[in-house]
Amino acid sequence: MRSQSISALAQSLRAGEFSSVELTREYLDRIAALNPQLNSYITVCEESALQEAELADRRIRGGDAGLLAGIPIAHKDIFCSEGVRTSCGSRMLDNFIAPYDAHVVSRFREAGAVMLGKTNMDEFAMGSSNETSYYGAVRNPWHPERVAGGSSGGSAAAVAAGLCVAATGTDTGGSIRQPAAFCGITGLKPTYGRVSRFGMIAFASSLDQGGPMTRSAEDAALMLEVMAGFDERDSTSAEQPVADYRAALEQDLKGLRIGVPKEYMDAALDEEIAASVQLALDEYVRLGAELVEISLPNTHLAVPTYYVVAPAECSSNLSRFDGVRYGYRCREPKDLEDLYKRSRGEGFGQEVKRRIMIGTYALSAGYYDAYYLKAQKLRHRISDDFRAAFEKVDLIMGPTAPSTAFGLGEKADDPVNMYLCDIYTIAANLAGLPGMSIPVRPVDGMPVGLQLIGNYFDEGRLLNAAHRLQQESNWHLATPVTSE
Amino acid sequence: MQWETVIGLEIHAQLATKSKIFSGASTAYGAEPNSQACSIDLAMPGVLPVLNREAVRMAITFGVAINAEIGRRSVFARKNYFYPDLPKGYQISQFELPIVGRGEVEILLEDAEPKRIGVTRAHLEEDAGKSLHEDFHGMTGIDLNRAGTPLLEIVSEPDMRSAREAVAYARKIHQIVQYLGICDGNMQEGSFRCDANVSVRPPGGPLGTRAELKNLNSFRFLERAINIEVERQIDLIEGGGKVVQETRLYDADRDETRAMRSKEEANDYRYFPDPDLLPVEVEEGLIEAVREAMPELPDARRERFQREFGLGAYDASVLTANRGLADFFEQTAQVAGDAKLAANWVMGELSGALNKAGLELAESPVTADRLGEMLLRIVDKTLSGKIAKQVFEAMWLGEGSADEIIEARGLKQITDSSAIEAVVDEVLAANPEQVANYRAADDKKKPKMLGFFVGQVMKQSKGKANPQQVNQLLLKKL
Amino acid sequence: MSLKRSEVEKIAHLARLAMSKDELDAVTGDLSNILDLVAQMEEADTGGVEPMAHPLHMAQRLRADEVTEEDRREQFQAIAPLTEAGLYLVPRVIE
Repeated sequence: MRSQSISALAQSLRAGEFSSVELTREYLDRIAALNPQLNSYITVCEESALQEAELADRRIRGGDAGLLAGIPIAHKDIFCSEGVRTSCGSRMLDNFIAPYDAHVVSRFREAGAVMLGKTNMDEFAMGSSNETSYYGAVRNPWHPERVAGGSSGGSAAAVAAGLCVAATGTDTGGSIRQPAAFCGITGLKPTYGRVSRFGMIAFASSLDQGGPMTRSAEDAALMLEVMAGFDERDSTSAEQPVADYRAALEQDLKGLRIGVPKEYMDAALDEEIAASVQLALDEYVRLGAELVEISLPNTHLAVPTYYVVAPAECSSNLSRFDGVRYGYRCREPKDLEDLYKRSRGEGFGQEVKRRIMIGTYALSAGYYDAYYLKAQKLRHRISDDFRAAFEKVDLIMGPTAPSTAFGLGEKADDPVNMYLCDIYTIAANLAGLPGMSIPVRPVDGMPVGLQLIGNYFDEGRLLNAAHRLQQESNWHLATPVTSE
Repeated sequence: MQWETVIGLEIHAQLATKSKIFSGASTAYGAEPNSQACSIDLAMPGVLPVLNREAVRMAITFGVAINAEIGRRSVFARKNYFYPDLPKGYQISQFELPIVGRGEVEILLEDAEPKRIGVTRAHLEEDAGKSLHEDFHGMTGIDLNRAGTPLLEIVSEPDMRSAREAVAYARKIHQIVQYLGICDGNMQEGSFRCDANVSVRPPGGPLGTRAELKNLNSFRFLERAINIEVERQIDLIEGGGKVVQETRLYDADRDETRAMRSKEEANDYRYFPDPDLLPVEVEEGLIEAVREAMPELPDARRERFQREFGLGAYDASVLTANRGLADFFEQTAQVAGDAKLAANWVMGELSGALNKAGLELAESPVTADRLGEMLLRIVDKTLSGKIAKQVFEAMWLGEGSADEIIEARGLKQITDSSAIEAVVDEVLAANPEQVANYRAADDKKKPKMLGFFVGQVMKQSKGKANPQQVNQLLLKKL
Repeated sequence: MSLKRSEVEKIAHLARLAMSKDELDAVTGDLSNILDLVAQMEEADTGGVEPMAHPLHMAQRLRADEVTEEDRREQFQAIAPLTEAGLYLVPRVIE
């Protein structure tokens, strides 16, 4: 498989060393060979990908090519793509051909990228193992009996196994960072409002954020440059100028203050994962950074808070799936209520139904104050923890996940145990902060992620820190056996 | 037993924006089904709402007009329930923090003192689509063109004590939103809808259980439905029963209210702040700008008409009932230079003709300028009142301006005394017997007998002789 | 905290989710466990803390009142389960 960076591939395309059609063909062949085993794609767009590649080749020859001209990428199947099925990993949308492009999808089209297909995901992005997908679980490229993580498991596995150059993902509670950690790739969840949510199917609107999943921080910088920016169609889109992420990559880390939350590195953390994280932190010290122990005292409340806020929003967001205007409709409904109940009961999977019910309960009369309002107040306190921390440090670092990729089926019957997988990632979503996961030293042959959390709109600094580590280490270059 | 009626109204006024409250789809009425329902109105996956500035401005305009507090920070919330005309499964509305807070309006019933009715709040929300129950193989058809049309829901205090007061209040709000130009007020098309919360209690006692009446799409139905519902509740209580809190539909054909089946179950709307929308912050500057651009409101205009034009209270209130009529009158009066004459014609001849033809004022074939020009010819004595009616009829039929018609038909009033004198002499000469009788009669009978001669002179002059001059000349010569 | 079966049925109805007996049994236990997790919030003191609905302290942006959407009924209804004469059809609604 190719291990070049996006910029190296782009250079080769411009130099005419190979064409985008050839490159795209190569990836399509790899998908045909490996996807049946990995199940990382829900839909492969062979025909349109080759057409897009041809167009990109013409534009490259004509000299007016975009930033990602001819680069084959994949989109998480949560982003609407005109004329292509957009399933969100659900039976509910198995027949949904989107009539428009998500903002993110159109930005990549404009940049000249080739869309290879739509990647597998937990149903409606609800899950941490990619096992809730209607299209079956994604297998971890590093170990066929392990999960790829979720919810952007398909994108993570596809990038890791070389089934695309890079991919998009979304992160509501860790859905970019945790699968990136499990599959040994680089994943970035930007600041809430940095990337438009228009056309990205909503799970929890105040937490969802799209971001890049790549093989390196350098690729992530390029991808984010394409994705980020104000969009007038999203009221929560930030009118903040997009920084020059690539220019920030090389900055010196001397004097960088890295906060290490004691609540993240406590005794509960797996010793070997702690050792891998510490190894990376030591590397940062060698690069001139300073480690500062900090405290995020409300860390233990992040998961409970999240499991009120996210289900509450999802219970409402998913009400539109009612079998009337698009999507799954049950057979021969006997009346209106039957149409609603069976279309939704049959169209949604177990985990989605569980979360809709939790959210419905949390918002219902008599419980609102104890659950939803309380959770919103705790959200404020969790954010304040970070606010206070960033007065003392520039970045926060710790583990992305409490374990490496676990076995398929291992936690599928225990929702609460599954929810706790996101214990380190959820707080950044509640606060709206940017977070990143990059590979560090593996444990027992399985990838481990280092999480970096930055201040609002400080993606440049995250990418800079990640890039400098990747220049000094080889962890991000490791490739799984399946992909060779 | 004595019962006191307690009524509160919820009025939904569709705001007259060009596009919807959260999408760029058109709000024009009467389009092909679902041709004005865009991806946002259809609640397609992944689409997001963005708030229409004009809807916010209109809501603030209403708030300023009723002296209400303007919510400097208002929040949109989701009201969750499943219904086929509600594509998202929730309605975006405002709950805890509405854009317009407490205000009030004054109503005036003919035989009573002015009464203040409190407005609890007014909030922005989106309209739902329409369910069409015609037979589609036993199914219901859903048209979502109306979905997402901006609504201002105006909630009153339970301050009204009779159906008449409720109607007066509803008319007042109707008048205000039309004056402000924020709602076309068309009740047939559903641009202005009233729901009434009705309960009865022993006078001064605690509030009784209320029923919510829907489908009141005219002021007449509003009054009728409330009266029927009050009777129903009193009969029920006096018969030992209890009023249950429910939504009832007014059926105009059967002239009754009945419980709505689909809304029977207790709703749990699970309101929470809409995470797709941010708090709306209204700056002082915007409120000031709205205040400065505020058109003259009906009460102020009525007072001005009385003061400036010397109109009576009744005439002034009829002429300010809606902005179109008031504008028409004021323009007519200005052209004619005689406000009382203009008032009489607008309320008399013009209104009568419109009624007879079933036309709205805006459709009148006679414009305010044309009517004013004609009245000018009465003022300058070119026309008598009687001939003016003929001219008005001709204008109504599209025969041109008053001057053109007067010219074409030779209707100019004769005011030349010598011309009238000639006709008078002719009439007296032709009727010697009547002249003799008149002169012999006693003074009491004379005025009546004079009428004969006036009639003859007018007949000879084809109605064009100035009647006052005819009178004077006859009296002199007889 | 354990939810009663009847409460779970009520929630399923509010959320318009048809569930088999087995599903309801399973979900009753799951929801109770999740509520136990969530119950950790109770201990936390939130006195004087403002609720936070959004990560960013921004105000709502306002759109100009312009018609920007065209009629795309044909495309939208091509993916609809059941339409006739431009209308979406549902089982009869009784008012």
